[in-house]
Formats: sequence, C-alpha cells, structure tokens
Amino acid sequence: MTEPLLQVRDLWKIFGEGDAETQVLKGLELTMARGEMSALLGPSGSGKSTLLTILGTLMQPTSGSHLMLGEDLTTASDKDLTDFRNLHIGFVFQFHNLLPDFTALENVIFPTAVRDGRETSAALERGRELLVRMGLADRIDYPSTSLSGGQKQRVAVARALMNRPEFVLADEPTGNLDRASANQVMELIGEINRAEGTTFLISTHDDKIAARCQRQILVGDGRVTG
Amino acid sequence: MLYALKIATRYLTANKAQTSLLVFGVAVGVFIFIFMSALIGGLAEFILSRTAGDLSHVTIEAEASNPRMLLGDVPGDVLLVQEKDTSREARLANADAFIPIIENLPGVTAISQQITGGGFLRRGTQTAQVSITGVEPDKVSAIVNLKSYLVQGTVELGAGKVLIGKRLADDMNFRLGQTVRLQADTGIDKAFVISGIYEIGSAGPDRRQAYVSIATARTLFAMPQGVSSIEIKLEDLYEADATAARIEATTGLPATSWTENAQQLLDALKAQAQTGLMLKSFALITIVIGVASALMLSTYRRRPEIGIMRAMGAPRSFVVVVFVMQGAMIGLVGGLLGAGIGYAVLLAFPSREAFQPGNLPIDITQGAYGVAILLTVVSATLAAILPARAASRVDPVTAIGQ
Repeated sequence: MTEPLLQVRDLWKIFGEGDAETQVLKGLELTMARGEMSALLGPSGSGKSTLLTILGTLMQPTSGSHLMLGEDLTTASDKDLTDFRNLHIGFVFQFHNLLPDFTALENVIFPTAVRDGRETSAALERGRELLVRMGLADRIDYPSTSLSGGQKQRVAVARALMNRPEFVLADEPTGNLDRASANQVMELIGEINRAEGTTFLISTHDDKIAARCQRQILVGDGRVTG
Repeated sequence: MLYALKIATRYLTANKAQTSLLVFGVAVGVFIFIFMSALIGGLAEFILSRTAGDLSHVTIEAEASNPRMLLGDVPGDVLLVQEKDTSREARLANADAFIPIIENLPGVTAISQQITGGGFLRRGTQTAQVSITGVEPDKVSAIVNLKSYLVQGTVELGAGKVLIGKRLADDMNFRLGQTVRLQADTGIDKAFVISGIYEIGSAGPDRRQAYVSIATARTLFAMPQGVSSIEIKLEDLYEADATAARIEATTGLPATSWTENAQQLLDALKAQAQTGLMLKSFALITIVIGVASALMLSTYRRRPEIGIMRAMGAPRSFVVVVFVMQGAMIGLVGGLLGAGIGYAVLLAFPSREAFQPGNLPIDITQGAYGVAILLTVVSATLAAILPARAASRVDPVTAIGQ
C-alpha cells in the first residue's frame, strides 16, 4: 500500500482563552491518498476553513499531528513551513486573490519567481503554458484587474499549479462565479487531477461541485463526520 | 533580490501620484540639506576670507628682546620693573636662509617677508600717524589681497611709491598721484607718490596703514639686513597650527598660528557650523518620518497582497526586502532629484568670487551633493525597516480574509 499524501490525527484548534475559548477543531482525523480529488463539505462554522488553513500550513494546530509527504509539519519552523508550502501546496481562494499590480502571467509565475529570486525563462514558459491550458492564451499579458471573475479564477488555478504541487487546497473556488465559469474551472481542476495526479481538496457548499469529486468529506462540529 | 527589486519597483510605479509626491517631499528635504551646506559653508568661507583670509596664517616674528639693565651698584633696596621692548626693532637676521625650507613645506602657498615699523605721513601741515609695512613688490597681495581692495591706482610698489587706505586718504584729503612725506620712527624722512588707494573695509588698515617696498623700508628703518617678520599663507588655513609647529621644529624660528589670536572667530564659526548641522539633521529627520509614514500606509494598504505572497511561499525576508528596497529607491530618486534641484537653484546665486555685499554668500561647491544623496538613501532605507518588519509580520490568514 502506498503512503498517503496526508495524515491528520487528533487535530485540535482552540482560539482564545478562558471564557472566550472556542474549540473549532476537536480531535479531527483525516487521511488523503495521492491523486485524490475530494470535496470538503459542512455548514458554516463547522471548521472547514480552519482545517484548510492548517492543512495549507498557514496556521499551526493547538495539538495533534499533521503529516504530509511523510513530514511532521506541527514541529516545523515558520521558514520550513514557508518553503514546504511553496514547493508542495497550491492555493485557490474564493476571491481569486491575484496581485492587482501584476499581469496574468506575472501572477502565475510568482511562486516560482519568489523561490528562484528572479523570473527565469523556464518559469515564464511554464506560466504561459498553464495560461494557454486554462484557455487564457489571449490574456497572458493582461493586467489582472482587467480580467473577468472567471478568468481571474482560472489564473488563480494556474498559479496554484505553477510549482507542480502535490496538494492543492481550494476554498470555495467557484463560490463567486456564475454557473458557466464555475463549470469551466471545475473541468480544468478535474483534468489536471486526472492528467497529473495532483491531489485536490475543495471546500464547497455546492452539491453539484461536490458531486464532481471522487470523495466527499463531511465536517461537523470540528470533526470529520462522514 | 532581483525579483524583490521588481516587486518594489512595481509597487512604487503602481501609484505614480503618491510616489511622485513622496519623492518630491524627499527631494525638498535634500534641497534644504544642500542649500544649508552651501550657505553655511559659503558663509564660513566668506567670513574667513574677510578675516583670516587677509591675515597671515602663520607668522614668524622675532621675539622682542628685553632692554638691557643699566642699573649699577646702588646702596639699599631697589625696586626694578623691566618692561618688554614693544618696538619693531626686533628682527630676523638670517631669514633668507630659511625661506626655501618654508616654501617647500606642504600646504604653503605664499611667503611674504616684511619690515614693519611706525612713522608719520605728512603733507603740508597735515600729519597722520601710520604703521609702515615694507613688502616685496611682487608679493604685495600675497597675504592681504590688496589688489582686490584697490579703489584707485595700482598695487605695484617701487621706489618712491606708497599705498594708503581710503579712510586715511579721505581724512587727510589725499589724492592719487600726490606727493607726501613719510617719516619713520627712526627719523629718516623721504618723499613718496601715492600710487594706489585701497579699501579693505576695516578701520585699522584703511586709516593707519601705509605700504611701501621692502627696499624702501630698509632705508626708512635703517635695516640693511634681515626682516621684521615672515608671513605665510596656507592652502588650508585649518592646517596653520600643525604648520606652525612644523616650522618651529624645522627652523627653530618662533612661528605663530593665526588661531592663537582668533579664538572668538573660531568659536563663532563652530557655532555656525553646529547650527547648520542641526538644520541639516532636521531635514534628514523630515525625510525619515515622511518615508516611514508613507511606507507604513503602503504596508497597511497592501496587507491582503502581502498575505497572498506569504501564502504562495514568499518568506518573511522577501517581504522585508521588498519594502526596504522601496525606501532605498525613494531615497535614491529623491536624493538625485533634490541634488539636481539644489545645484540648479544654487547656480542662480553669484559665485564666491563675484560676491557682492547684500547677497547670500553661497558657495555652490560646498553643496555636499554626494553626502546628501548618500545620507538620504541610508535614511530612507533605515526609515523603511519599521514598515518592512510590520509587513513581514502580517498574518496571511487574516490578511487574505480582508
């Protein structure tokens, strides 16, 4: 049996102290295999976003273990987590969160350029390829602010894939798009998952989006419930 | 670094109006710095040129000998007071031998051997007490730049020619070309033609001074050999103390620096320099505050973007470098602009040589342009550190959610 991509055991996240203490994750357990495309479902306040943030190494859990690619991320330093995130994790946010003063291509190659310290020709070539693949061949050098919502989200997907990460976390990636754009984005994600074996965890409230995934993970009251 | 530079440049060029205002603010600070440097420096040069500039920077003067005691054997107790001889009879007998040595000392630009003494200037029934200075004809302007103060005639001294001050000429109603008689305190009397009238602007030399050639002075003061003093001009008048010490060590002659008698002037110049330093410091502080506050605002405005960068794997150090580079670039561009404006404005002022009373004595060469640019870049870079550190501490989760 191959090693899972992700293993989370007895994960707790508690915010505040004393009377203000809020337990968001309560001993959550989760395992994801390589190449899996899963939907993360659950009502608001169930802990989905907190879980995504911890899995994306943007936040440390209060306790529990978080293993990815065999590395224990709960004990890693901020610098190690930053490097790990850059190499192995991609993000797609609900509001695309592109850098407004940069073109589509400059946004896409950011994760590679920041690692290399410069924009290499190899990075620029891959960035262009990804944008072509996202159907944005005619928008490569457009300022990100001049793109439509769907186009921006496709640029965000391309950026998430730039460093060929093993794991992509998508937080409501279609929540801000019309149905046509949402379908287009999901088709692209599915295609990459199948072609490159990239693992996706997609947080969504949309059953239709969830139905496109191989697995549905239901979170409730800080735990995986189904 | 290269990529951080690109991001920093993009951030600065993204909001051209704001960046232009910021750069202009820095440029104004740099302009003030440069203007103050040129003004304070020019003022100091002007004051020195009008005071110490017309003085000998190092003077070698024979030490006055005490009068001999002629008291013979007197019975009982005698109270005796010995006063120093203040007459000009003291002389440097073998000065000629030391002139080549002094001339070769570093920083020495001119040497003037002089014979000085008291006397009277007469025309008809009019008489004025004067101090007579005999100078070498080709070095008449070596110490006091008489040529620049000349209002009538010529500074060329020769046999039978005398140069006098304008106040003396006015008081005595003397005119250029008139014949006067000059009687030295030795009693020797000669006729002279007034060949030049100068106006230094100081009552002493303008009213009580007469210049003749050193050959004439030898006759007047009956000094066939030696001189009363040797006056030395230096390239850098602040080197006077060291040069005087070197002359004493080399020649054994008593050399005195101009600073020994100009403590008040030096104190005034020091206070003036400190005032300038304070004003320049204020200009730099203004630059630091301006850059720091603008970048702090930028940090706050760009929090979501910083969050995205951090989420994409940008280390904290990268964020720090991006913001510090912005500070450095603002400093560099503002510094260059301010220096350019400063130079252009200073060009409008008359040069030190063409300076007229009533104008600001600004010296364009003392603008300290390089120092101003360097200090501005350093200050703006340092000013960016605080905002940069704040930017690097942005929590990506909170920032992205904004």
